[in-house]
Amino acid sequence: MSKVQYYLKSFLLWELLLGLKLTGKYFFKTKITVQYPEEKTPQSNRFRGLHALRRYPNGEERCIACKLCEAVCPALAITIDAEPRDDGSRRTTRYDIDLFKCIYCGFCEEACPVDAIVETRVFEYTFESRDESVMTKEKLLAHGDVHEKQIAADRAQDAKFR
Amino acid sequence: MIELLLSIWNLVPEALQTLLIIILKIVVIAVPIMLSVAYITLAERKVIGFIQVRIGPNRVGPRGLLQPIADGLKLMMKEVIIPTNANRFLFVIAPLLALAPALACWAVIPFADGWVLADIDAGLLYVLALSSLGVYGLIIAGWASNSKYAFLGSIRSAAQMVSYEIAMGFALVGVLMAAGSMNLSAIVESQSGSFLHWFWLPLFPLFLVYFIAGLAETNRAPFDVAEGESEIVAGFHVEYSGMAFALFFLAEYANMILISILTAIMFMGGWLSPFQGIPLLEDLFAFVPGIVWILAKTSFLLFLFLWFRATFPRYRYDQVMRLGWKVFIPITIVWILVIGVGVMAELGPWFD
Repeated sequence: MSKVQYYLKSFLLWELLLGLKLTGKYFFKTKITVQYPEEKTPQSNRFRGLHALRRYPNGEERCIACKLCEAVCPALAITIDAEPRDDGSRRTTRYDIDLFKCIYCGFCEEACPVDAIVETRVFEYTFESRDESVMTKEKLLAHGDVHEKQIAADRAQDAKFR
Repeated sequence: MIELLLSIWNLVPEALQTLLIIILKIVVIAVPIMLSVAYITLAERKVIGFIQVRIGPNRVGPRGLLQPIADGLKLMMKEVIIPTNANRFLFVIAPLLALAPALACWAVIPFADGWVLADIDAGLLYVLALSSLGVYGLIIAGWASNSKYAFLGSIRSAAQMVSYEIAMGFALVGVLMAAGSMNLSAIVESQSGSFLHWFWLPLFPLFLVYFIAGLAETNRAPFDVAEGESEIVAGFHVEYSGMAFALFFLAEYANMILISILTAIMFMGGWLSPFQGIPLLEDLFAFVPGIVWILAKTSFLLFLFLWFRATFPRYRYDQVMRLGWKVFIPITIVWILVIGVGVMAELGPWFD
């Protein structure tokens, strides 16, 4: 009996019709495409995009050149040189992140004792030549200055989970 | 102005006049075909996109309507690369061999009552002959490319064509018996009546077999073993680029439209209104010209082509062969017997 049933089913293309029914249903479903430049998907406040160096509200840079981020970086993307500044405080003279090496894991941000290096929500950036891929200290600080409000808001939102 | 043109026209010798008129008719048929081929590529991407819950191309022009133009321009700009060890003559001529029969078939297609370029009595035979000629383009392309993938593709398409041509031919024999004529216009005329008088009902198995064999004949999914992107790269047209590649595409889509319109003519009553002979609806739809009906039927069948492609995975090669030889050919032979009995008994609204 089951054999007859099987032959009848395959002869009447039953399974194929079921498949057509399914795809036919999907034809009328609401489309889920996000039309990127005009529409964007919502971002988490923990989004890990382009890096930035933060400052204290009085304008003093936070980074104290402890080199924990350099040590923890699994891709060896961070290079730091440090010297005492004129007022005797320990500061970086060089803070480079090679974006070609960086894997955006966010360990540098987690390692940082003073919340200096952070990853921002910015993900739309391009380079036109290879040497632009290195984020220098100046670029990082400038980037942090531009986005400070968003960065601070995101950290505040995440504070109770840390 | 019109008088001047008419006087010039009258000066033209008569033989040239007929020639010019025929060329004009060909242009009137071929240009819309080419345009619809272009827009079916868009429709295909849109339909498959919709089925995959995407929206498909919508960037070039309003709602992506200029996408086919952009694609065509891109392909035209590209270089046609001829592989070093290819047979140059055959390599160049193969795309033309694929496209020409697909277009030549349109000569006998009746678009509405009397709207046909060549109203020949052996129309069905002509269609059968030319549609099987198209495969030579693919086979020659695969052979001339001197590439193993292309060669495998053309071997596959040759075997597939041989197996499905028979089932297709038998399906046409059924139509021939039912209609009693090989003239495509006469075939449509013999289906007049409501949509219940069309041949899809008494010839239902042949209708299915013809349409599925048509899928196989045009190398469309799920029978695209000749192309088989995931198995043999792109099959017979791996080595083609630029406009030569575009010609294969044109041929494939022109064949799709051809198979759809032939199915519409032979099984779905061509230009006939589905409501013919139904009291109220007939008058309601009397204003719709025949060409609209045939185009609507063709569009529906073309949509089926796209729907199938979006739904089914490719047949395994031995299954393609099994389906052709062990399922379709027996079905058609049995059903031809049934039709024979029906015709002898002058059965019900179809065969009397």
